[in-house]
Amino acid sequence: MNKLALKDEILLKVEKPARYIGNEVNAVVKDKGLVDIRIAMCFPDVYEIGMSHLGIQILYDMFNRFEDVWCERVYSPWVDLDKVMREENIPLFALESQEPVKDMDFLAITIQYEMCYTNILQILDLSHIPLKAKDREGQGGGWGYPVVIGGGPCVYNPEPIAEFFDLFYIGEGETRYRELLDLYKECRRSGESRKEFLRKAAKLPGMYVPMFYQVEYKEDGTIEKMEPTEDGIPKTIQKEVEMDISDTYYPKKPVVPFIKVTQDRVVLEIQRGCIRGCRFCQAGQIYRPVRERDVGMLKEYAVEMLKNTGHEEISLSSLSSSDYSKLPELVDFLIGECGERKINISLPSLRIDAFSLDVMGKVQDIKKSSLTFAPEAGSQRLRNVINKGLTEEDILKGAGLAFEGGWTRVKLYFMLGLPTETEEDIKEIGALANKIAAVFYETVPKEKRVNGKVQIVASTSFFIPKPFTPFQWSPMCTKEEFLEKAYMTRSAIKEQLNQKSIKYNWHEADISVLEGVLARGDRRIAGVIESAYRKGCIYDAWSEYFHNDAWMEAFEECGIDIGFYTTRERSAEETLPWDFLDCGVDKEFLKREWEKALEGTVSPNCRARCQGCGANRFGGGVCFEGRSGT
Amino acid sequence: MKVRIKFAKTGAMRFIGHLDVMRFFQKAVRRAGIDVAYSEGFSPHQIMSFAAPLGVGLTSHGEYLDIEVRSHAGAEDMKQKLDRAMVEGMEILSVTALEEGTKNAMASVAAAEYSVRFRQGYAPDPGWADRLLAFYGKPVIMVKKKTKKSEAEMDIKPYIYQLSASGEGDDAVVRMMVNASSSGNIKPGLVMEAFWKAEGKELPEFALEITREDTYTDTGVDGDRHLVPLDAVGTGF
Ligand code: SF4
Repeated sequence: MNKLALKDEILLKVEKPARYIGNEVNAVVKDKGLVDIRIAMCFPDVYEIGMSHLGIQILYDMFNRFEDVWCERVYSPWVDLDKVMREENIPLFALESQEPVKDMDFLAITIQYEMCYTNILQILDLSHIPLKAKDREGQGGGWGYPVVIGGGPCVYNPEPIAEFFDLFYIGEGETRYRELLDLYKECRRSGESRKEFLRKAAKLPGMYVPMFYQVEYKEDGTIEKMEPTEDGIPKTIQKEVEMDISDTYYPKKPVVPFIKVTQDRVVLEIQRGCIRGCRFCQAGQIYRPVRERDVGMLKEYAVEMLKNTGHEEISLSSLSSSDYSKLPELVDFLIGECGERKINISLPSLRIDAFSLDVMGKVQDIKKSSLTFAPEAGSQRLRNVINKGLTEEDILKGAGLAFEGGWTRVKLYFMLGLPTETEEDIKEIGALANKIAAVFYETVPKEKRVNGKVQIVASTSFFIPKPFTPFQWSPMCTKEEFLEKAYMTRSAIKEQLNQKSIKYNWHEADISVLEGVLARGDRRIAGVIESAYRKGCIYDAWSEYFHNDAWMEAFEECGIDIGFYTTRERSAEETLPWDFLDCGVDKEFLKREWEKALEGTVSPNCRARCQGCGANRFGGGVCFEGRSGT
Repeated sequence: MKVRIKFAKTGAMRFIGHLDVMRFFQKAVRRAGIDVAYSEGFSPHQIMSFAAPLGVGLTSHGEYLDIEVRSHAGAEDMKQKLDRAMVEGMEILSVTALEEGTKNAMASVAAAEYSVRFRQGYAPDPGWADRLLAFYGKPVIMVKKKTKKSEAEMDIKPYIYQLSASGEGDDAVVRMMVNASSSGNIKPGLVMEAFWKAEGKELPEFALEITREDTYTDTGVDGDRHLVPLDAVGTGF
């Protein structure tokens, strides 16, 4: 075991010291003398969240399979340790070697949500790496600091954080890292500078090096153009996709944390992408086309991963598990495999129907579990607008079946502030919840009601338009509008006959507004993020550490108008900050979908009828299903 | 069959708390492929009992847990399989079988032996060992013992079964055998605090480095104390 980076006095003082000592089962320790490249892989949030993320485990496994690479993990120190590290000037370290991140070749940060942006600055700052890429050059060819790479869904609009990164990897990590690492080795061997390496990297597919691009703005604040600053740097960058996801990197031995983390189980990613095309959903667009993993591979991995981790639970992961074509076969296999060994199976994101209820009845304690529906909008009209193909009939039928089967708890998820939403649509949220309760009282006779009544929990979040969705042009509500909608929902529920059976929760509005700015922001937002960070903002995703006042001050100081990024309706002709990226679906398709949304017309899913989104250019997945020989 | 497992917890593992050690062993038993018995009911759990919880920051060469197994291929095989499922700092020291009706690990604990060392910069003043022994020689050692509800004065002398001290500077070490049963558990830090207080000083927060050397059960009859390590009551299989 390497010497711990933190002395006992610190580890005994902070909450959960196990976050900082490494040494977990399946953590990879290599001889640093025998590798050429060292990578610190970072999830900029607390250990328990970061350790629950599948993408990091996939890349960690991939990098460590490369003999010349040692990849380690690093997470955000919790606020207690953050303070100590600043006071005592202790550099942030990677868990496995306990050595400073600053001495690594790469710091690769996965960016899963906008509200972690200040934590990215925390990571850089605690690592003693200059926050801005341009300040990392300097002496020795500029190799004094690791190359800072960003990846993950937020890089589909990297602009607000562009100046903090040397490079962004756009798309799925399985495909191009080897090339990038080889290029790095080559550049180091031949004594080239950091800048020269980045220049060459910018020419690899999927790589975006912000420093080689310049943005010009119009008088009205919108983008005039974004151009490469040098010849040979590509004007647009297409995302990377792993088309053969049954024969690629996937961890057979994921790291097993000592402390309880959010996702304390084996996670089996059964497919990537989603055929549904809900118009608010970014994941549904950027992971196109849908690719299923081979069921044989999944069975093999399930067995191996359970054996290698000792976890007592396995969870299937995908955006919409019910759409996986071999689901019955896989679930049967898991039930057989896991029953004897007392392993729990969890099946999130299932559509509620006879099949899923049957399966859930086998793998869960019905008394303790709840049914989840995500209608997202209260009325059918608005569900058509967002292309959520879930009808009231589906919901009531599913709920009825479930109540007969013994379920008594229902969770409902809605969004407020969707495009075209009216008061009527909001009232329908109350009505729908009420109808579900009514189904319970009609279906289940008094003497059979387990807890006496049905418990319905309706939750609303606020709609935030995201890049590369048909709603990327949509205005977003103000905080006041959001809150008004939440109060309207609350009173709509209060008016219902069965209101005693319905509980209502809503999300915080301040955070949603900020997330909206960060999601569709441009390069001018970077100053605000840095300023908020300097004012002490970190862990913005944690409501107890979110300081809206500090953020508002930061906007003020930077002279940035929030409304420009949130409430303003963008014209279809506007150059959007992320237009230089190509996420695989055509802008024309998104425009068509935006127009259809405003008309309230639905689009069938990929399997029912291809909508010609453009993702078939990748030559596989759902776009070519059932078409043999071509 | 009931099996008693003795393990060591050293190095970085001293920062893993008791509940997490329990979770660690549940997963380790699965990784090792031990045919462990489960409780009945909808959410079955492994039948497992730990001896005395070890505080965060302490290391140990004598921790114990009992599990119930349905089948096995001998103690040596089980020990090897478990040891392969460990991480650095966790080591399986012995695996023994318990007779039907033996009290479980937790109920068996009577005493624990500790060695106490001093972190760098916290070494006691010269001549400390003699003074500690003189302190221990007193008939009554009163301390304030804090429980969740109250703070009470109590005499801990009867709960300290043995105490020795030796060395100077970095080699200074105290060894003590104290009551570790659920009714009269004494922490070694409490004894050291009392000594510091008797010296007219406050024991600094991070001064001590404590190792539990072993955990003992009492096999004596008629009130005669006869302490043996917890695995001494088990047999090979
Ligand atoms: S090209 Fe057609 S089938 Fe393929 S992802 Fe796009 S809409 Fe779906």
